[in-house]
Amino acid sequence: MTLAAGLGLVVAPRLVRADEEDAKRERPQPGDLLVKIGGDPAPLAAKDVPQGGPQILAWPFDPAGKTVRDGSRLNKVLLLRLDPAGFDEATKARAVDGVVAYSAICPHAGCEVSRWLAPVQHLECPCHFSQYDPKAGGAVIGGPAPRPLPALPLKTVDGRLAVARPFTARAGFQQS
Amino acid sequence: MSRYASAAACLAGGLALMLSAAAAAQKALPPLPQPSGPAPVPAILQNYKPVTADELKKPGDGDWPMYRRTYDGWGYSPLAEITPANVGQLKMAWTLETGQVEGHEAPPIVVNGVMFVATPGNQVLAIDAKSGDLLWRYKRPIPEDMLLLHPTSRGVGVYGDKVYFAAADAVLVALDAKTGKEVWKTKVEDYTHGYYMTLSPLIADGKVMVGCSGGELGIRGFVAAFDAETGKPVWKTYTVPAPGEPGSDTWPKGDQWKTGGGSVWIMGNYDPATNLAYWGTGNGGPWMGDQRPGDNLFTASVLALDVATGAIKGYHQYHPNESWDWDEVSPPILVDYRHNGRVIHGLVDVARDGYLWELARVDGGKIAFVAGEPFVKQNVFTSLDPKTGRPHVDPARKPGTGKKADFCPSLWGGKDWPPVAYSPKTRLLYIPANDNLCGTSIGEKVSYSPGERFVGATTTLYIAPGADHIGELQAWNLDTGKKVWSHPFANSQLWGPVLATGGGLVFMGGTNDRYFRAFDAATGKVLWQFRTGSGVIGVPVAFAFDGKEYIAVQSGWGVDSARMQARLNLVRPYQFPDVPQGGSIWVFALE
Repeated sequence: MTLAAGLGLVVAPRLVRADEEDAKRERPQPGDLLVKIGGDPAPLAAKDVPQGGPQILAWPFDPAGKTVRDGSRLNKVLLLRLDPAGFDEATKARAVDGVVAYSAICPHAGCEVSRWLAPVQHLECPCHFSQYDPKAGGAVIGGPAPRPLPALPLKTVDGRLAVARPFTARAGFQQS
Repeated sequence: MSRYASAAACLAGGLALMLSAAAAAQKALPPLPQPSGPAPVPAILQNYKPVTADELKKPGDGDWPMYRRTYDGWGYSPLAEITPANVGQLKMAWTLETGQVEGHEAPPIVVNGVMFVATPGNQVLAIDAKSGDLLWRYKRPIPEDMLLLHPTSRGVGVYGDKVYFAAADAVLVALDAKTGKEVWKTKVEDYTHGYYMTLSPLIADGKVMVGCSGGELGIRGFVAAFDAETGKPVWKTYTVPAPGEPGSDTWPKGDQWKTGGGSVWIMGNYDPATNLAYWGTGNGGPWMGDQRPGDNLFTASVLALDVATGAIKGYHQYHPNESWDWDEVSPPILVDYRHNGRVIHGLVDVARDGYLWELARVDGGKIAFVAGEPFVKQNVFTSLDPKTGRPHVDPARKPGTGKKADFCPSLWGGKDWPPVAYSPKTRLLYIPANDNLCGTSIGEKVSYSPGERFVGATTTLYIAPGADHIGELQAWNLDTGKKVWSHPFANSQLWGPVLATGGGLVFMGGTNDRYFRAFDAATGKVLWQFRTGSGVIGVPVAFAFDGKEYIAVQSGWGVDSARMQARLNLVRPYQFPDVPQGGSIWVFALE
């Protein structure tokens, strides 16, 4: 017992740090809230996402461990608020008050999907011009992207946007 | 037995097999046989002779020990068995798949009869150069969250008993040449901040030197040297000075220098007589010069670095306040040439800005301007200052923030990364050019986020009206400053590194029809061509084994060649079809 306690004392601080690193790198988990990247650290509500675009970027935030999951760029979440009347069924089921969430990382070559084409309501990657339809589950509209943008199903917790389920597909891209 | 009975018996038998398989699965399986020790080292590797510093200075005629074979950057092999008279009989000796997609740009490095090939996907292969037997394979995982804009490697370096590999995730790795196992590895920079490596390491003076790509991701460029034996850092010289350092007065007062670009894409060339290495540097970041007012030293330049200390001994900036994405990727080759009756101890660079630059190596490492002239359609420079070579820029042709400009050559330049070759026999310089390509660019404000795109420009590409070709292999006489011959490609861009041989041949691929070709070095006539499975954008080499000459090259279309193809297909739909990806090594010889 003494030995085990002693070991625990020595090892515990390192383990905690490693756990925290892991938690920062871990993909969004159910119950995570969302905080704006480079903005107010308060978790976001639907009304904080501009109606009609453009998208804003957020990190998942684990409220239990108070951890912002900013340890991997593959955790970047793109939030967009549109009229849900135009959503397909799957997108409606994942949205909260017209807010949809997707991986911000293009599955082609890994650039950030940073452009919003307002007239056609498409998301566009600036690197190789892949376009996605956020109203149809992130479907590929054009360009070299091999698959849709992974979606992040949302729910509401105490009036805040929260993650309902993990990404619908692996976030990121195939390294050659 | 009836047919039905036989089917039933079959079914029953099958069921019994499945049941017994299920029963077996519940029992512990017997242990798999374990190898009793490390894999045996093939004889050719057991006999691998350490590569000496002298061999790097003067390689054996049959070897190709570094990116351009020799420190002067010529891309020339003295081998002369294959000639214009017999090259028509050239046959494939062997081929080997790399198992990777994307751009296969590295030369097969050949010493001691062993070939070392770097491929995309952080992979190095060791191969018996004569037989094509795979001797070992090294692979380092690429982090899944890494933004790797140029998934390629331009080759390994060899020295002593080690093979040096600049891994994509900005880690320098030394491998045991005999086993392919890591001897040491050193973090060069942080990939999560946009740093990545594409170049082949330069090895000289007991050091391994590398630099980083990432000018599109807000990096601050540098060249860094590491001890070849231990991997310990020796020096690091930034291509963008910090406030107070020489050249910092060419940057604005703000923080622009911290993300100022100046990538190092390609291994420098080296002058053993002075212990100076010459490195080309990339454009400034973000792309629009009006967001970083000033000349922005040492972007779009050549730098002369003292290999002992890393000190900057001289430089020449090709074009100040870079705004076109014309990274001056390749270093100049080291060559003496005649100019106006004088012999110049020179440097010659074929630049992305569309000019052929003749420079001089002067005392103490300084670099002097001699002459410059366009080798492709260029409408940005109205003239050059006759003393300094500083271009006068047509302001209408320079894009800015919110200001669209139309210019030639395109952002990919008159010649991008593919290296030129120079033959001391013909005294011709062979240039893989892209002519008649132009484009537009307009800048926008951009904010920095670590490891993300930091460009701030929207660009287009178009073919100049009336153009009868795009790609063009050109041969220039350095003593007269005149173009001697050229071979145009009507329907293809050109991304082909060039090899010149003592047999009087020039080898090059680089076109979207997947051919690898041999040209008469004196006349430019195509004498032989061979179609591979993908486009050939690898650096071709010549080597010899048992006195027999071989030509080797990687096939594997990707990166910029593929991106330009996609853009060209927008300009002329269906005329630039998809070129399949997939890498392979090809070796040719006379029968």
